[in-house]
Amino acid sequence: MDLDRIPQTLPRFSATFDAHTLSEIRRAAATGIYDIRGGGTKRKLPHFDDLLFLGASISRYPLEGYREKCATDVVLGTRFAKKPIHLKIPITIAGMSFGSLSAQAKEALGRGASLAGTSTTTGDGGMTPEERGQSQTLVYQYLPSRYGMNPADLRKADAIEIVIGQGAKPGGGGMLLGQKISDRVAEMRTLPKGIDQRSACRHPDWTGPDDLEIKIEELREITDWEKPIYVKVGATRPYYDVALAVKSGADVIVLDGMQGGTAATQDVFIEHVGIPILAAIRPAVQALQDLGMHRKVQLIVSGGIRNGADVAKALALGADAVSIGTAALVALGDNDPHYEDEYRKLGSTAGAYDDWQEGRDPAGITTQDPLLAARLDPVAAGRRLANYLSVLTLEAQTIARACGKSHLHNLEPEDLVALSVEAAAMARVPLAGTQWVPGQGGY
Amino acid sequence: MPVIDLARASTRELNARLHALTPDDGETEWVVANPQGRHALAVGLDQPVTVEIKGHAGYYCAGMNAEATVIVDGNVGVGVAENMMSGTVLVKGDASQAAGATAHGGLLVIEGDASARCGISMKGVDIVVKGSIGPMSAFMAQSGNLVVLGDAGDALGDSIYEARIYVRGSVKSLGADCIEKEMRDEHRADLVRLLAAAGLGDVAHADEFRRYGSARQLYTFHVDNAAAY
Repeated sequence: MDLDRIPQTLPRFSATFDAHTLSEIRRAAATGIYDIRGGGTKRKLPHFDDLLFLGASISRYPLEGYREKCATDVVLGTRFAKKPIHLKIPITIAGMSFGSLSAQAKEALGRGASLAGTSTTTGDGGMTPEERGQSQTLVYQYLPSRYGMNPADLRKADAIEIVIGQGAKPGGGGMLLGQKISDRVAEMRTLPKGIDQRSACRHPDWTGPDDLEIKIEELREITDWEKPIYVKVGATRPYYDVALAVKSGADVIVLDGMQGGTAATQDVFIEHVGIPILAAIRPAVQALQDLGMHRKVQLIVSGGIRNGADVAKALALGADAVSIGTAALVALGDNDPHYEDEYRKLGSTAGAYDDWQEGRDPAGITTQDPLLAARLDPVAAGRRLANYLSVLTLEAQTIARACGKSHLHNLEPEDLVALSVEAAAMARVPLAGTQWVPGQGGY
Repeated sequence: MPVIDLARASTRELNARLHALTPDDGETEWVVANPQGRHALAVGLDQPVTVEIKGHAGYYCAGMNAEATVIVDGNVGVGVAENMMSGTVLVKGDASQAAGATAHGGLLVIEGDASARCGISMKGVDIVVKGSIGPMSAFMAQSGNLVVLGDAGDALGDSIYEARIYVRGSVKSLGADCIEKEMRDEHRADLVRLLAAAGLGDVAHADEFRRYGSARQLYTFHVDNAAAY
């Protein structure tokens, strides 16, 4: 037999040990340490793409595009706060710290949010004057580390967000590596320059929902019951977490799915802890409804919001507003192909760059390097963010009008169907073309 | 001297009256009667007034204090003087957990004992405890001074940064990256100052104390230190 003429099967790569997995094993074997990166989960997950809207037809009347009004405003903090927040659009900017982001990026987020009539949020590390000055509505995060926490800034804020966890790493703290600790960042955090800064995973002076209730009382007393108090949780056990946050006295609950980003944490944490936002919204809304608090305690959801369809779907499932982080950074210029040559020098490529912890971001966003940060023009970047927020809003309105809704909040689960069994079960809407909602009706 | 009787007034009324004070107000001495262990008493003060609470207080008494002097003639619950910025808080009884947590400045004096996590994540405050402190005190303490005339519990100063700890009695155990350090003249001078400020200059002497602080081995994460966590 002529061995050269025997047909050969093609080399077959393992689906389990794929190229990325193999490269990670080699990297781990060479370094002995886990991979740290920024951003959110990169794996394929059931998401809003697995839902579709049922536009109006004979049984529903649509609203006329460009003519009939579809309102977008939202009021947050109506339960206890003397001064609830009024936003023009139900899309807010998520908490991201000065330290993880440059001062220019924080300023740009404030500028963009203010132009669009919405709020932005501080992060671990405190409030910068640039951010306060450029943010018409600013939410002040109250985090376990309490870096930069002070009552003067608390009083300057428009709302307070008690951070219990975030979707990228529920149950985890953070680590801002030394290379991002500039003089200014170090001073704001009361720590030496250049050392790795650990952000705690638990609050230092309270544990559990009974204590949280007293902590909220303290914050309300300090701010004379004026400011809405948000409670932010990473999506894990949304029904119980939301119920406990309501019990503790929250005005607003922020629910962050595992697609939500982080400045830096272990890749294994990002990819394997928490649940997708699609799976979290309905249990959260259910908890509010069971307590008679839906629309009285507002629900903001985040994690993987990219376009107006995602906004509309989140609201249809019962959220009062959404929050964006990663998408906002992209709007500013994060991972822009314009810097492709520089991303390649860092061993990455535009669209995949996630070594935010290293502080070498060519786009000048996730860095404290003055030369890199100076690349980002806060005015122009803020304008881009405002444009993007406008598009999200217009897209969501387009869908809502097609469903006959005169306000985005009138969207409802009945407007949706699912493309997959998983999404139908998670979103508790029928599989498209059927009456079947998995998990309901006894099967 | 205004007296606010919490048997009749609400916590809200108390804090609202104290927050309404301005530098031009003549009323600088306040008394709070019948506190009944209520939470969030005298929080968020920002004027140089003195508030004396005649009895026990609950959680977060004098939380985020700035400028004011708050005296508690009793025990306090969790988180007394948490995140204090300046001023003085004096507790004549015992304090529960997390006394002085994350406080940035000012002076916290506890004449009795303090429970677990005293001075957790402290960021510049001076804390003087006449009695003993519980376990995990000064956890991740960043800056400031913790002076203990009695004993310290387990895992003192775990993951400590640049805060300084002075203990006169025994230390049950030290936490990760916390070590005993040399007492130099500058430290003795600090102690003399702190003891005097706490009104304990005649009760203890600087030479009786040992100093503890960071070994600075965990400041930069390294996999070789993984077993320390």
